[in-house]
Amino acid sequence: MSASDLARVAKTSTKTPAIDIGEEARLAARRRDRILSIASPLGLLLAWELAAQAGLIDVRFFPAPSAITAKLIDMAQSGELTENVLISLERIVLGFLLGGVPAILIGIAMGIWRPVRAIVDPLIVATYPIPKSSLLPLILLVFGLGEMSKIVMVAIGVFYPMAINATAGVLQINQIYLDVGKSFKASPWDTFRTIALPGALPFIMTGVKLGAGLALILIALAEMVGAKSGIGYMIWSAWETFAVAKMYVGLFVIALIGFAISLLLNEIERWVIRWKADA
Amino acid sequence: MSAAVEPAGAPQPRVKIRIKNLTKRFASLAAIDDVSLDIEEGTFFAIVGPSGCGKTTLLRILGGLDQVTSGEAEISDPPPGRPKYSMVFQGDSIFPWMTVWDNAAYGLRMRKAPREEITEAVTRYLDRTGLTRFAHHYPHQLSGGMRQRVSIARAFANDPEVLLMDEPFSALDEQNRTILQQELLRIWEVDKKTVVFITHSVDEAVTLADKIMVMTASPGRAKTVIDVALERPRNVLELRNDPRYGKIVYGIWGHLKDEVERARV
Repeated sequence: MSASDLARVAKTSTKTPAIDIGEEARLAARRRDRILSIASPLGLLLAWELAAQAGLIDVRFFPAPSAITAKLIDMAQSGELTENVLISLERIVLGFLLGGVPAILIGIAMGIWRPVRAIVDPLIVATYPIPKSSLLPLILLVFGLGEMSKIVMVAIGVFYPMAINATAGVLQINQIYLDVGKSFKASPWDTFRTIALPGALPFIMTGVKLGAGLALILIALAEMVGAKSGIGYMIWSAWETFAVAKMYVGLFVIALIGFAISLLLNEIERWVIRWKADA
Repeated sequence: MSAAVEPAGAPQPRVKIRIKNLTKRFASLAAIDDVSLDIEEGTFFAIVGPSGCGKTTLLRILGGLDQVTSGEAEISDPPPGRPKYSMVFQGDSIFPWMTVWDNAAYGLRMRKAPREEITEAVTRYLDRTGLTRFAHHYPHQLSGGMRQRVSIARAFANDPEVLLMDEPFSALDEQNRTILQQELLRIWEVDKKTVVFITHSVDEAVTLADKIMVMTASPGRAKTVIDVALERPRNVLELRNDPRYGKIVYGIWGHLKDEVERARV
């Protein structure tokens, strides 16, 4: 390391750790990786656009990205897009509450009290392998074509990963914390509130993230089959009317929703487990 | 134990903890065998013994975390509204998801103490343990010694009749241990609550306690109870230079030596 290098390191070291030559090479590699990561989807879009313009691909199946973008703007301005996105989001949020709250309560109760585990665990084990999508006809039968059937579909999808993770979260809590609760005469409710729930939260957040992925799959499916609104309905009706560009808009938007949800959940997770050393 | 005739008028020392023919078996293995013991109010009582002599089990029984197989272990009832005991655990026992303040307030909150009492007691004991500046820190931001201070503040702030301490300093390095011993003595001097202090360190027992029970190796029996006739307040460092201190430590080792050897085989 030369003298000028040292001087530069000294100048910057208040903010960033000292950089040696190997570190610099690594940083350059990371910069290159990031450029490549951004370039690859853009390159694909460009190739797609050019191929569509040149008539190399069938635009009935693969309309040009420019045409899809135009459709997106069009749908956003007419309010059609916003309306469908909002109704889907509302179903997801309500489904999350309907499935998530009991999942946390039951999951934690299973973790704390062995008899509860003995009673509920076989039910979960027996029903968990059923693909949630295959329950849709039954749900439609019971709850009809109204809002409730969509909300219940999301709730079922969210329930399992959250309940299972809540139980696992409680079971990994160090016994000494439960002893502390007992020795300070914590009531069952206080044990739940002050020890089991916060101790299991990191695991529960993992369940929430898994549940969010399932919720998106199930809401799209439920809306395709049994709804007259929502992003899933939008995609399905586009297929039925052969409005292919509209279908792509739906796919793009649903991907965007998934991305936004995972960003939001990461933020929530960071806040919820701020007490962890590596959070 | 206190069969001696007290001079009339002198305050009668009240028995705070009564252990009678206590036996504890895990499956067929005897952990504690027929221990009887009275601890008077205001006594700092230490229990030393080799590993596996059941001293922690004895404390857990007093703290309601384990049951006796036979015999009795009783802490006399506190005045209404006061808890019988608080426990300081071995190792990390403060909740990582609570701030220092919330940890220290835990016992008081669990017994639904009035808000002003909680604020007052937590403020006082965070001050006495030197944690005031860290009230809103999370445990992972603190050193091991500071975390154990939080544990002590939590137990004291609950204002129990009896403090049950299970090797609270065993996970600390020697310097931290010495500092915390001095701090514990300083806090304890204020209202001299009854303390049962488990340790495997003879030095620690002599430094802190009024009376020390030496336990035998498995199964744990009461081998002897020794009075530590060192005046208070004590200075943890100066004590080491006191010939009486060395004599007491040496005496206890005499009782303990055979037990430690027996525990090894």
